[in-house]
Amino acid sequence: MQVHKYDVVIVGAGGAGMRAAIESGQRAKTAVLTKLYPTRSHTGAAQGGMCAALANVEEDNWEWHTFDTIKGGDYLVDQDAAEVMAKEAIDAVLDLEKMGLPFNRTPEGRIDQRRFGGHTRDHGKAPVRRACYAADRTGHMILQTLYQNCVKHNVEFYNEYYVLDLLTVEEDAVREDGTPYKQKRVAGVVSYDLASGELHVFQAKSVVFASGGAGKVFKTTSNAHTLTGDGMGIAFRRGIPLEDMEFFQFHPTGLAGLGILLSEAARGEGAILRNSEGERFMERYAPTIKDLAPRDIVARSMANEVREGRGCGPNKDYVLLDLTHLEPAHIDAKLPDITEFARTYLGVEPYTEPVPVFPTAHYAMGGIPTNISAEVLQDNDTVVPGLYAAGEVACVSVHGSNRLGTNSLLDINVFGKRAGIAAAEYAKTADFVDLPVDPEAYTLDLLNHVRTSDGTEKVAAIRKELQDTMDANMQVFRTADTLNQVLTDIASFEERYQRISVQDKGKRFNLDLLEAVELGFLLELAKVMTVAALHREESRGGHFREDFPERDDEKFMKHSMAYKDEHAPADGSAEAIAGIRLATKPVVFTRYEPMVRKY
Amino acid sequence: MTAELAEPASKIELPAHIGGGGDIPSFDVHLRVRRYNPEVSDESTWDDFHVTMYGTDRVLDALHKIKWEIDGSVSFRRSCAHGVCGSDAMRINGRNRLACKTLLKDLDTSKPITVEPIKGLPVEKDLIVDMEPFFQSFREVMPFLINRGHEPTKERLQSAEDRERFDDTTKCILCAACTSSCPVFWTDGQYFGPAAIVNAHRFIFDSRDDAGDMRLEILNDKEGVWRCRTTFNCTEACPRGIQVTQAIAEVKQAILSRKI
Repeated sequence: MQVHKYDVVIVGAGGAGMRAAIESGQRAKTAVLTKLYPTRSHTGAAQGGMCAALANVEEDNWEWHTFDTIKGGDYLVDQDAAEVMAKEAIDAVLDLEKMGLPFNRTPEGRIDQRRFGGHTRDHGKAPVRRACYAADRTGHMILQTLYQNCVKHNVEFYNEYYVLDLLTVEEDAVREDGTPYKQKRVAGVVSYDLASGELHVFQAKSVVFASGGAGKVFKTTSNAHTLTGDGMGIAFRRGIPLEDMEFFQFHPTGLAGLGILLSEAARGEGAILRNSEGERFMERYAPTIKDLAPRDIVARSMANEVREGRGCGPNKDYVLLDLTHLEPAHIDAKLPDITEFARTYLGVEPYTEPVPVFPTAHYAMGGIPTNISAEVLQDNDTVVPGLYAAGEVACVSVHGSNRLGTNSLLDINVFGKRAGIAAAEYAKTADFVDLPVDPEAYTLDLLNHVRTSDGTEKVAAIRKELQDTMDANMQVFRTADTLNQVLTDIASFEERYQRISVQDKGKRFNLDLLEAVELGFLLELAKVMTVAALHREESRGGHFREDFPERDDEKFMKHSMAYKDEHAPADGSAEAIAGIRLATKPVVFTRYEPMVRKY
Repeated sequence: MTAELAEPASKIELPAHIGGGGDIPSFDVHLRVRRYNPEVSDESTWDDFHVTMYGTDRVLDALHKIKWEIDGSVSFRRSCAHGVCGSDAMRINGRNRLACKTLLKDLDTSKPITVEPIKGLPVEKDLIVDMEPFFQSFREVMPFLINRGHEPTKERLQSAEDRERFDDTTKCILCAACTSSCPVFWTDGQYFGPAAIVNAHRFIFDSRDDAGDMRLEILNDKEGVWRCRTTFNCTEACPRGIQVTQAIAEVKQAILSRKI
């Protein structure tokens, strides 16, 4: 085991991690630990754009953006955070441009902007052109630009170092009102070097989690194979709560059967969703902004069309994204990548044929709770000094129960930057926390258990069954029955997981072992998501309960907070299901009263 | 959920064949995978695998099926699985491609499909190579915007034409398919290689950048652009369709015209 010492350690090298690194690296001794090479991160798969009220092409302001974000999130958004994000969006885009990002331009040479779902002028009157973009590869350009600037600033990367544990200590402390509590402090992280199979302990004053999402709990997903919720899982195992995990976004337009993302920018540029009768069915569900309604509404509408028998194809299980009325030259200029995906993977020519699409698991609105300075919370309001999170792994919460398109690229830039600055500033004043005795012991046990087990269960088989039940029972339509089915299934998967074995027993690049560890995180997170979904007996944003189809502000206008608690009584009460304790946290309101959400 | 509102007004007639097709055909595939694990042996070997796959499956799906159902020790990098992250460049039937972008039905499945690591970089295990020399070359061309002017309060202006000038080379995903297909790179690991030149091109021709001369100087080195023999392997290998050879030619031209 080797021990390294840094002021700041950043876990993850996608958009949020590298944005943080650019700030932190110029202020403090910083290391970035990433299980992939930085340019492999899934930020690069984002397509459509990044919203900011630049007003380059039409009237706009950040207050409208704030409102859209809050309404889009079905009022579960913390309004102070949404305000910060919309306000700082403008500088976030300008920062990227100055770093070199090649945005598409207007005839005047300014950054061009286009329409995107849920982004409107004057509180919902009409779609507004707010998304700054680079063709349909905006995420690719952001990832490359941030990596280029990390190279420029000599950011120190540890590539293919898979972080497996967060090292914390607990101290006795007393609240202002005199009640005693355990204050967590961060000491560092434990990582596994994929190339050598060795463990490395990183002692750090500040740790920033920016490790992305957990889309691989589902079968049909736009997420990369590597998005297994490691950061969320690590934090949860170490007693950090997870907030709003029941809210998962299903992006309306995944390539049917494959889940590969086709950007909402297609609809922003004029594409139309149609059912088997050729109808523009979104006119039924969102008469004002139609195909540009927020994603939860469009995804549900599509699933409803299919359920009512108006799906297309031999199994009537998808709908169509129609671009055939757009000029091929316009498609080539604005949507080159996604049309190539349709050609490559489905053999469909989007110039002349509509493209088969169906909702695909896309984005975790929930995650590690933080305040607007990206500081991680160990309960509703107690900060863990030195611990930060940003991007999809975190829950600020700017997305509430449904994220608007483009707001994730914004989130990673605004809160990645905030996290990087805050982590470095904290490290300037703080001392190192002593490492616990045998800091690597837990991780070593975890790995040895998997490596030496001679069970008969296969990782890939359990993972597939988990993903199948999540797609069948935890997708856009949910009921108590389907959710209880998932929990029953997960209980059996957890039991089988104890008896897995891996074939690769070596140390070098043991990705077989890695997948086994990842499955552990997936099981844990799927359970948290489902328990939270079962408890939320209402429908809001991305969470739709057919047995409770209305939003219930009186009972559920609050965030859910899930804690790992082995002592939680499994007595069938909704607040404590098999090792998970659920609590709530108030939503922050500033100026917007909840209204009925119509588009 | 209920749809209580008016029926859609805009409806089109769909051609009868839309969404037709029926079941996806399945077929058997024989993969020959180059194996190497220095923990076990210094020699590399070929392993043969037979799997049943479907019409929409890619080489990556076949590798996953092998890893998940037959031999968990088969090792390769992958992430996004749709051609944007650049993790899974490998040599498939002797050609550099991304495994996630190569459909099995587009290959001749009557013969074994060979899968090997990309060439010219040290093999670590099976299909995994050491990418460090590749990224080292990338870093050496100063792949970041350098602007010495006064920083504007808003964005720098750039005309749509100026933006278009370097569009092609912004598409690079650093997968190394081009560089590891280059015969010059195979014989001379010191050569910058196509990917580094592509990334230099992306800044040399960006109207906002002020350090083009410095990059041209770097690439005028004996291990720079003049090693290129215009074999077009790189252009053929690029999974993003970048006109790599042309970009290299443009950099050569720029060096000559600027008389560096």
